[in-house]
Amino acid sequence: MTFIPVILWSDALVFLLLGAGVAVALYVRKREHLMLPWRRVAQSNVALVSLLVLSLFFGIGLLDSLHFRTSLPQANSGEKVYSSEVLSVFDKLVEPLRMQTEKTYSAPFALHLYAKESLTDAQGNIVRDYPRLQYGGAHLADGLQRNADVVWRGLSGALAGVFLGVLLLFAFISKGRRPVIIAVLILVALIGALINLAAVYHVLGTDKVGQDVLYLALKSIRTGLIIGTVTTLVTLPLALFLGVAAGYFRGRVDDVIQYIYTVLSSIPSVLLIAAAVLTMQVIIDTHPDWFGNSAARADMRLVALCFILGVTSWTGLCRLLRGETLKLREMEYIQAAQAFGVSGLRILSRHILPNVMHIILIALVMDFSALVLAEAVLSYVGVGVDPSMISFGTMINGARLEMGREPVVWWALAAAFSFMLVLVLAANLFADAVRDAFDPRLNRSAV
Amino acid sequence: MIAYLIRRILYAIPILIGVNLLTFALFFVVNTPDDMARMQLGIKRVTPEAIDKWKQQRGYDKPLFVNAAANGGDKFTDTIFWQKSAGMFVFNFGFSDDGRSISREIAARMGPSLAIALPTFLIGLVVYVSFALLMTLFRATALDWAGVALCVLLMSISGLFYIIGGQFLVSKLWHLVPISGYTGGADSFKFVVLPILIGVVGGVGSSSRWYRTIFLEEIGKDYVRTARAKGLSELRVLFTHVLKNAMIPILTGVVVVIPLLFMGSLLTESFFGIPGLGSYTIDAINAQDFSVVRAMVFLGSVLYIAGLILTDVSYTVVDPRVRLQ
Repeated sequence: MTFIPVILWSDALVFLLLGAGVAVALYVRKREHLMLPWRRVAQSNVALVSLLVLSLFFGIGLLDSLHFRTSLPQANSGEKVYSSEVLSVFDKLVEPLRMQTEKTYSAPFALHLYAKESLTDAQGNIVRDYPRLQYGGAHLADGLQRNADVVWRGLSGALAGVFLGVLLLFAFISKGRRPVIIAVLILVALIGALINLAAVYHVLGTDKVGQDVLYLALKSIRTGLIIGTVTTLVTLPLALFLGVAAGYFRGRVDDVIQYIYTVLSSIPSVLLIAAAVLTMQVIIDTHPDWFGNSAARADMRLVALCFILGVTSWTGLCRLLRGETLKLREMEYIQAAQAFGVSGLRILSRHILPNVMHIILIALVMDFSALVLAEAVLSYVGVGVDPSMISFGTMINGARLEMGREPVVWWALAAAFSFMLVLVLAANLFADAVRDAFDPRLNRSAV
Repeated sequence: MIAYLIRRILYAIPILIGVNLLTFALFFVVNTPDDMARMQLGIKRVTPEAIDKWKQQRGYDKPLFVNAAANGGDKFTDTIFWQKSAGMFVFNFGFSDDGRSISREIAARMGPSLAIALPTFLIGLVVYVSFALLMTLFRATALDWAGVALCVLLMSISGLFYIIGGQFLVSKLWHLVPISGYTGGADSFKFVVLPILIGVVGGVGSSSRWYRTIFLEEIGKDYVRTARAKGLSELRVLFTHVLKNAMIPILTGVVVVIPLLFMGSLLTESFFGIPGLGSYTIDAINAQDFSVVRAMVFLGSVLYIAGLILTDVSYTVVDPRVRLQ
């Protein structure tokens, strides 16, 4: 089976960001004064543990951003035909999760479907009962063995995970701190148990059309990460360029830039986003010929949403940067540079920019979690990602009416909310550590 | 002070014109009225006559900015931009796509929005500030640490979870209040109590932590040491001296949202079926009713600017050193 790689716009942007991140990391690594605050971040156990969780999420998101289309088995005239379905490397890795769909809802670890059906029993009578699931727990002959099997598979998976984790720790980390090591071991144990259980059960149940909820939740990670990171591609240049320019040049330039950001920030952000998204929707709907397939259209909508979020959210950072630049340009070292006849552009890039970098970094990491949460709300309002795209927002939106069912279908909501909680909590804790390490106003004489 | 206020109000006009131009550009220039008509009437099988009729009914059959066919002042007034924007400055928002007066709808829906938003705001303010003061009182102890950890946890939970979880627990499992709905008058208490509670709980995390930071910054100052040296109890120091001095940063964040309370909350109102401005906006977004969205954007910016002016005025109330000129 052959395949052709497909590069969606969001993939390209994500890998562009990744490349930029790696380049910055290499640059910082060589310079001790830039490494210093990062060393302070690394001193915090909470920061390391949340970084660990975050990198797990990012790993899944990156694997999910390598897209391709497989070739269809039959080719009538020798010409290769590629499936219109765009898959990712991650889809391929968790293929059983994606393919093993049931008929409709089933609870986590269930053996039977949520709804009764007419079945024919051994004697040929028709009875109404809950049918067995096609895949979930199909290896069990007797339903009573289930609990023991779940415990056994969970424990053996966890043990295997811990074993591999210990090997990994010995191989790579010569001396780690105890909380970090414990966190790594808990994480690998969880992953091991999950892999072992997900092979034969629907660990988080299935949704209305029988899709595995665990698969949906894992796929949602990529959408959340893209919203949280690609948006900065728009926010950053706008805020940086305009904020520093307003603060440094003052006068006319400052007036114009202040006018622009006052206008933008005086519109309630949800409404501005809604207005822009409505407009974008009309454009996309009236030009169906721009997009090859539905995946490309959904992806374009995601990128456009990031763009809109970026355009509507740069004003706060811009104001901060303007204020800081106003303060910096009165400092003696800037005046000295001006007296030496250093050009304005060079002063900006050599003397002002490095001194506002900490503000940018803090703002970016703080914004990330807010953006992940905003995606869910916007999708609920109807101005978020494409309804066909799997995201926390669409999961919640699809599942919220199920709370009214009897018995309650709680697992899809619980999965979406808990995955989101873990991601946002880790991001918040990491952001706090970064802020503490980079904020020059904090008194560190005690450290 | 009066001169300052007048100048601030005059400054608001170019900003509001900017807001108007922006939404106008979004809705009418990027997408022509023809596109909108096609969206509303359905993409397929739509005749040019139907589009023309749709545009004419809503007054979209004029040129955008300059009407070359008209004469005199009409060159600029007989255009979509003038007709759809000028009225907003006197709060005449025109008609929605289903033919109702937007101004009347807004007037009728402000009440229910306020019935939720105002109590949420007031109770929230008291709860958040008290919680933050408590954390400050027990600063650098395990209690403070637990409080901050709780705040970070609470602010990491999606706002949707508070609403869905609260509705499920209080209304569905415990049957304490109806799940959703609204009636006017005193009866509405049972409808508004849950949204208010959820609104307050949903804000605890970020707000209390923010106030705690403000109080901690104050508590390192010299006057606090002096107050302690005089022999005041720690509670007295916190609740009278620190709280008063922290008023300026608190007001900066708080006063600006007071006028925006009129707009209501999009999520809460739509989940609880409250006929306020928030649910009005959501309905308009879902129905792609551009005139309503434009009206709400305009109203929102007016209220935001009013909030900024109010903030400046409030500084003079709490800090006699501040003079507006």
